[in-house]
Amino acid sequence: MTVAVVAEGLVRAYGPVRALDGLDLVVARGSVCAVLGPNGAGKTTAIRVLATLTVPDAGRATVLGHDVVRDAALVRASIGLAGQHAAVDDDLTGRENLEILGRMHHLGRRAARERAGELLDRFDLADAADRLVKTWSGGMRRRLDLIASVVVAPPVLFLDEPTTGLDPRSRTEIWTTVRELVAAGTTVLLTTQYLEEADRLANDIVIVDGGRTVATGSPDVLKDSIGVRVDVIVETPAELPAAAAALAEYARGEPEIDEAALRISAPVAGAAVTVPGAVRMLDAAGVAVLDVGIRRPTLDEVFLHLVGRRPRQEEAAA
Amino acid sequence: MTTIPMTPTRSRSAVDGAAAAVRVLWKLRHDPAGIVLTLAAPVVLVLVFGYIFGSAIAVPGSGDYREFLVPGLFATIAFNIIPSMITMARDSGRGVVDRFRSMPISRVAVPFGQAAATAVYGLLCLLLMAACGLLVGWRIRNGIAPALGALGLLVAFQFAATWIGMFLGLLIGKEEVAGQLSVLVLPVGMLSNVFVPTTGMPAWLRTIADWNPVSAVAAAVRELCGNPTAPTNGAWPLEHPVVASLGWTALLLAVFVPLCTARYARPRA
Repeated sequence: MTVAVVAEGLVRAYGPVRALDGLDLVVARGSVCAVLGPNGAGKTTAIRVLATLTVPDAGRATVLGHDVVRDAALVRASIGLAGQHAAVDDDLTGRENLEILGRMHHLGRRAARERAGELLDRFDLADAADRLVKTWSGGMRRRLDLIASVVVAPPVLFLDEPTTGLDPRSRTEIWTTVRELVAAGTTVLLTTQYLEEADRLANDIVIVDGGRTVATGSPDVLKDSIGVRVDVIVETPAELPAAAAALAEYARGEPEIDEAALRISAPVAGAAVTVPGAVRMLDAAGVAVLDVGIRRPTLDEVFLHLVGRRPRQEEAAA
Repeated sequence: MTTIPMTPTRSRSAVDGAAAAVRVLWKLRHDPAGIVLTLAAPVVLVLVFGYIFGSAIAVPGSGDYREFLVPGLFATIAFNIIPSMITMARDSGRGVVDRFRSMPISRVAVPFGQAAATAVYGLLCLLLMAACGLLVGWRIRNGIAPALGALGLLVAFQFAATWIGMFLGLLIGKEEVAGQLSVLVLPVGMLSNVFVPTTGMPAWLRTIADWNPVSAVAAAVRELCGNPTAPTNGAWPLEHPVVASLGWTALLLAVFVPLCTARYARPRA
């Protein structure tokens, strides 16, 4: 694996708050890495350090082998950044926004103009290109912001919560854009509070909490790491307690009870339970079972298991 | 997608600065209403002060009040740091500054380009205002060369003042807050000899007004254009207004260019 981004033991404090408290991560070249964590976990600070906007108090980080503090200029020549806000000029058209950035990247006037047109066509913003950005929708502005960070096709792209606050359709469009960039060879490091986003987009996930790396791995590896789940659906609400009690003997954690769905879900160790085994066990407990299933946990459950709470209270991911 | 190779060359500051300047000028192009408002403000001031208050204000000597007032308004407009303050606060709050700072571009060039574009725009405003001034009784009495000198002085002063605005904007970092604070900038122009001679002010206030850079610039323009001047109260900047204006301009640049660029470039929160 060729490495594009490495962070080792990053620490950054703001007064008494340690926004980063020993964060580690590795991003393979050409991959998408999602830094997943709740609000205040240090995701934005991590991006700022990697993009040379903030100097860490301790630890080190490199982008394509360049140290983010010592060789900041070389890092800046290798990265694109799209922050949490749409950092585009409302008082310019979309085309002008891209053209200015092209000129700042020393493309020259004509090349900057051509590149702006090419990007607007490619990412489906050509119709709005010559309207002032303040007349654009929120989703379109975020896409323009994303595109603005790839005017010179940087090998590494940092996206800080690229879809937070967007409607499901705009979110899907951003995902498509990110996939296209990755297909063209870009390495992407993005932060997100949405489990689904990490699950859908990322090759690797870094779960952070309290400024620290809690777990890393591909979505599947993370899911397998906490065993499997048994889901039981019973006939009547009255049977929920008995079923929960029966399951608790096998479970590695507290069974979750969803009364509306008449469902009980419990984590179990990999090979501890088979479907027939569970059915026999519930039968012996006198529970009338409608359905029993064994499945891989969701990323949501992985997160809950590792961090102890959900990344967002209101799970808004579509 | 066509891949355009990144060139991690030395920053070509001139290109970066020019792009930053173009950005400011293109934005103005889309904002005719803003331009009209910018130009309307001094016209309204001329009307309100020249014809309403002016009817009750006597200029020492036999000078015409409006001829006294117009050079003062030039100085006030040159010191209008509000637009650059609000623009920089907005860029900072919205992450535009962060984007530029994460790019391989010169960190001095961007604020420099913005200041230069603001000065170009300011020059146009001053020329239009001069035309309005001529209509209401302001005159150029010492010939064209000193008048051009006055114009140059005003543009230089405005360029310097822009750096104060950009620095404050970076410090504030939020467009809304900058907008609210802009009210506090107005009295800086009032606390001067722009509208009335400072002679009648209480001593402590007079000292402040006499040493206000805006007063020096107003007095310099009056002197260069041969307009009625106010008593100097023996204050050095008003006795030597041209030298004082150049001095203030140099001082503002010496203080705020390093402050602003350091703040712009500094890795921070």
